Amino acid sequence: MAFYFVQFLTGLASAASLFLVASGLSIIFGVTRIVNFAHGAFYMLGAYVAFTLTERFSGAIGFWGGIVAAAAIVALVGVLVEMVLLRRIYHAPELFQLLATFGLTLMVEDLVVLIWGPSDLLGRRAPGFKGAVDFFGQNIPSYDLFLIGLGPLVLGLLWLLFQRTRWGVLVRAATQDRDMVAALGVNQKWLFTSVFAVGVFLAALGGALQIPRDAVHHAMDLRIIVDVFVVVVIGGLGSIIGAFVAAVLVSELNAFGILIFPKISIILVFLVMAAVLIVRPWGLFGRQEAAARRTPGLTINPWRPLTSNERLAAVAALALAAALPLIGGNYALTVGSEIAIFVIFAASLHFLMSVGGLASFGHAAYFGLGAYGVAFLAKLAGLPMILSLLLGPLLGLAGAAVFGFFAVQLSGVYFAMLTLAFAQIVWSIAFQWVAVTGGDNGILGVWPESWAASPAHFYWLSIAVAALAVAVLRIIVFSPFGFALRATRDSPLRGEAIGIDGKRIQWTAFVIAGTVAGVAGALFAYLKGSIFPDSLGISLSVDALVMVLLGGVETVSGAILGAIVYKALSIWLVSQTDLSKLVLGGIIVLIVVAFPKGIVGMLETIRQRRPPTPPKSALLTSGIETAE
Amino acid sequence: MKLSVHDLNSHYGPAHILFDIALDVGEGEVVALLGRNGAGKSTTFRSIVGLVAQRTGRILFEGNDVSDQPTHAIVRGGLGYVPEERRIFTDLTVEENLEVGRQPERPNAPHWTREKLFALFPNLAEMRGRLGGRMSGGEQQMLTIARTLMGNPSLVLLDEPSEGLSPKIVEQMVDAILTMKKEGVSMLVSEQNLHFARLISDRTYIIERGRICFSGTMSELDARPDIRDAHLAL
Repeated sequence: MAFYFVQFLTGLASAASLFLVASGLSIIFGVTRIVNFAHGAFYMLGAYVAFTLTERFSGAIGFWGGIVAAAAIVALVGVLVEMVLLRRIYHAPELFQLLATFGLTLMVEDLVVLIWGPSDLLGRRAPGFKGAVDFFGQNIPSYDLFLIGLGPLVLGLLWLLFQRTRWGVLVRAATQDRDMVAALGVNQKWLFTSVFAVGVFLAALGGALQIPRDAVHHAMDLRIIVDVFVVVVIGGLGSIIGAFVAAVLVSELNAFGILIFPKISIILVFLVMAAVLIVRPWGLFGRQEAAARRTPGLTINPWRPLTSNERLAAVAALALAAALPLIGGNYALTVGSEIAIFVIFAASLHFLMSVGGLASFGHAAYFGLGAYGVAFLAKLAGLPMILSLLLGPLLGLAGAAVFGFFAVQLSGVYFAMLTLAFAQIVWSIAFQWVAVTGGDNGILGVWPESWAASPAHFYWLSIAVAALAVAVLRIIVFSPFGFALRATRDSPLRGEAIGIDGKRIQWTAFVIAGTVAGVAGALFAYLKGSIFPDSLGISLSVDALVMVLLGGVETVSGAILGAIVYKALSIWLVSQTDLSKLVLGGIIVLIVVAFPKGIVGMLETIRQRRPPTPPKSALLTSGIETAE
Repeated sequence: MKLSVHDLNSHYGPAHILFDIALDVGEGEVVALLGRNGAGKSTTFRSIVGLVAQRTGRILFEGNDVSDQPTHAIVRGGLGYVPEERRIFTDLTVEENLEVGRQPERPNAPHWTREKLFALFPNLAEMRGRLGGRMSGGEQQMLTIARTLMGNPSLVLLDEPSEGLSPKIVEQMVDAILTMKKEGVSMLVSEQNLHFARLISDRTYIIERGRICFSGTMSELDARPDIRDAHLAL
């Protein structure tokens, strides 16, 4: 019994940091409507800065002062980020905000390695809390007890801040109606900046307080951000009390999940999250958001099928690509195959994101599932390559069917967070379930059969499948199903009113996109000859997002060009610099701020630029009644 | 002049909404802006306080050109705005709603305190701790005016204060506006209701399809039944 109680207390202690970070994310979202992906990065920075300060200054004052000072310093960094970057994108579609803050995360990851080195750092123990308390023969670190007390204390302080100060009243008012707050004479800019500073302070404090418990390392950010997303999805975005309750719930589920399913402890959290989403889609303490801004928020050129000339051009381009083995060596062909595979992957995400309006932040899950599907079939069942390639993606289909069912119940940022959390769960399973997946060692020796073994043959196979996949997706875009999907994207209510079952259409689109991603993953497994959990990871999901964004979210064919340019660029970058994440993150931020339409979008704009629009007709001016 | 607007043109996207609007409000004056639904009254107000992104023209408030200032700066200068849709903060109590509107005292404008406002709108005094979302339409209308007055404005743009209110509340609203006027607040009030406008205003403009098509006193308007009937739904 005592053991379970201690386990319970350990869970509560872990909840403290999780709550700090999640409440910070919630507060920022409440006012600015930005889901700050970089929140995990601020958490990590808090830990690193606190490590340095507590090493430098001795004694209790040095330690506790260092913790608070670290949080304050990181909050200042946050203020800088808000003023330089976020102020430019407050009116951008939420996908762009998520991507920009993710780009920031990538940059911070490389920067901390640059400053503090790649190895784990062990921080000082907290003065006064070095020992352990004996509880019926079980030891509880006294620092854990301190954290257990701290959580409710911070909750109380935040409550006072929001209920009893003018600043708190203004923030709560702005959460509801920012424009009205401005119309009452409040400078929103500084309100936003101060809110961001408070949110970042909480995240950094959460990180700083972890140093006596855990090693500081440069992957802490992604680990916490996934937990935080799960917490805010369960608790409800924007609710501080929800963040507290959900942080305790998730931490306890983790603490006891290890006892129940030691191999796949994350399953328990997933089951609870699924249950909450079915009963209360906006979280335990959340409330339904007004319809979010549609993912593509810029002016949309009407889509049309290719003209016969354009079709000829596409075929010619394909023929040209197929001629690569005549001039390229084996390395070029392998890179070519990889690019073709990523064209399939990016096209599948584009289908979900641009056509369906559902920006998934966890699309790699289905890519990876397809790859694992092939590995299981080829290695464990010993099926021939053709059969494996055909059946392997079915694992991606199955995963998309299960997760997609829950994900399409939500939209906007909730959809993005949920898909990310799902992908991370699949990753955890692949990572933890060593007996089946080989864990971190992966599954090796998935080689193509002799007919496809030579680089040229495999390259032809890859571009053939890529051409087929792109053609099929394009046909679907211009099919009745595609029209229904786009109608649901643009106006769910009007779609429902003419008899379109929106959720079902979106679910189908999710499954289609997941299956096509699975096809890409299946090829990828054969290309590499092996499969690792990385193929399900967040960074791969984000790669796909960047490809679509780079090509142009609002175009039909942007994903193809985006994938080619991005993949070639990143292969080249990795060979040129050790700081590829820093450069890549910078590129993402730059695209979002400066070129939100992407390559193809920009080309289309240039091509369509015409002499100034003709004088406005009388019809337009008489329509003012409805415009007011 | 308290407020003078020159050549105001506004657009929503490709649609041109306001055409060369020009109007003045004198010191201590109450001016009515009359017009039908969709004539451009709200857009005029929103343009004056800088809530419409695409607008051109000159807006002089107390002699200063405020056309290029952001909304919060215009309001801080003493130009209060009461939106048509009320936009009460439903999750905040009455007192908290007032707190959001609070601004420092201004030398050239009447100073309002909570107690003074509760005297002006006695209904509000009885529900200081009530959430904005739990109030009736009339109570919300009072609260939204009181909230703007907390900023001690010298001029208030009042967008359709009588809309959707019961006759009894409308009477209270007339009294409140006259009290505000007596205290020295200048007002530009948009209205569809000619009877209401007659009770409170010194002068009137009529707006139709985004253009000012009449300007004059109430008695001058009464002398032109053709204009009245053509542009106002009675």
